[in-house]
Amino acid sequence: MVPITTLHYLVVAAALFVLGVIGVLTRRNVVIVLMSIELILNAVNLNLVAFSRMWGNLNGQVFAIFIVVDAAAEAAVGLGILIAFFRNKETINVDEIDLLKW
Amino acid sequence: MNPAMNSALNSGMAPVATPFFFYMLAGLAVVGGLLVITRRNAVHSALALIVTLLAVAGLYLMLYAPFVAGVQIIVYAGGIMVLFLFVIMLVNIERSSKERRFNRMWPVGLGAACALLALFVSAFAKGKALFPEGMMSMPESSNTQQIATMLYGDAGRMGQYTFAFEIASLLLLVAILGAVIMTKKRI
Repeated sequence: MVPITTLHYLVVAAALFVLGVIGVLTRRNVVIVLMSIELILNAVNLNLVAFSRMWGNLNGQVFAIFIVVDAAAEAAVGLGILIAFFRNKETINVDEIDLLKW
Repeated sequence: MNPAMNSALNSGMAPVATPFFFYMLAGLAVVGGLLVITRRNAVHSALALIVTLLAVAGLYLMLYAPFVAGVQIIVYAGGIMVLFLFVIMLVNIERSSKERRFNRMWPVGLGAACALLALFVSAFAKGKALFPEGMMSMPESSNTQQIATMLYGDAGRMGQYTFAFEIASLLLLVAILGAVIMTKKRI
């Protein structure tokens, strides 16, 4: 069997990234768009940790931890915006969230 | 088979179990990602994303990164996804699970993502010679201790990422304040 190299992990990360991009571009539900953004961030994290293993130093893993922290902050703020918007307009459809002020 | 086993044994990994676990975790992650973007019900998408996050945590363990795997499970699957589920239960109106799932321009989005996939495949095919065959071995002391030394510093000296660590805590404070203030009914 082929031994698992860094390239295998990069291919998995690329697949997750493309799935996240499809989710962001095509879904109408705002919550699922935010979850696709989390998929993209996870793909980037997997890439970083795979390269960190390849080179043998830990900078990639520390960067991945910072990305997880950043994803938490961004998810909290994004969901707060969604709740505030939902309270005003009662929809979570990206097609209907198209005015900056009404 | 011999060079493969030599490189695998030199890097300290078992030669038989590693591909099985890798393909299982990678398949689980990709199937979970597919379910996230295709389910009609948002709760199903959230549960599929939890499966993907746990599979990716397993992949981190295979990459000899136990601390990042722990952070992923505790923060991502245990914090962020619970937050998502709470918000889904707050805003999930019945109407949204009966509407169209994908917006009208979905062929354009799919075409753009396929172009991106083609770019990745060409980058991997051209750059295949750049990646070394085996994996490097990690130094002796524990992974968590080394990450702590990089984040917090060591013996009176600042670590390499101590400043970034403090900025990250400031970012979290700002995010908490923003999320609380935005969801109040009267500011």
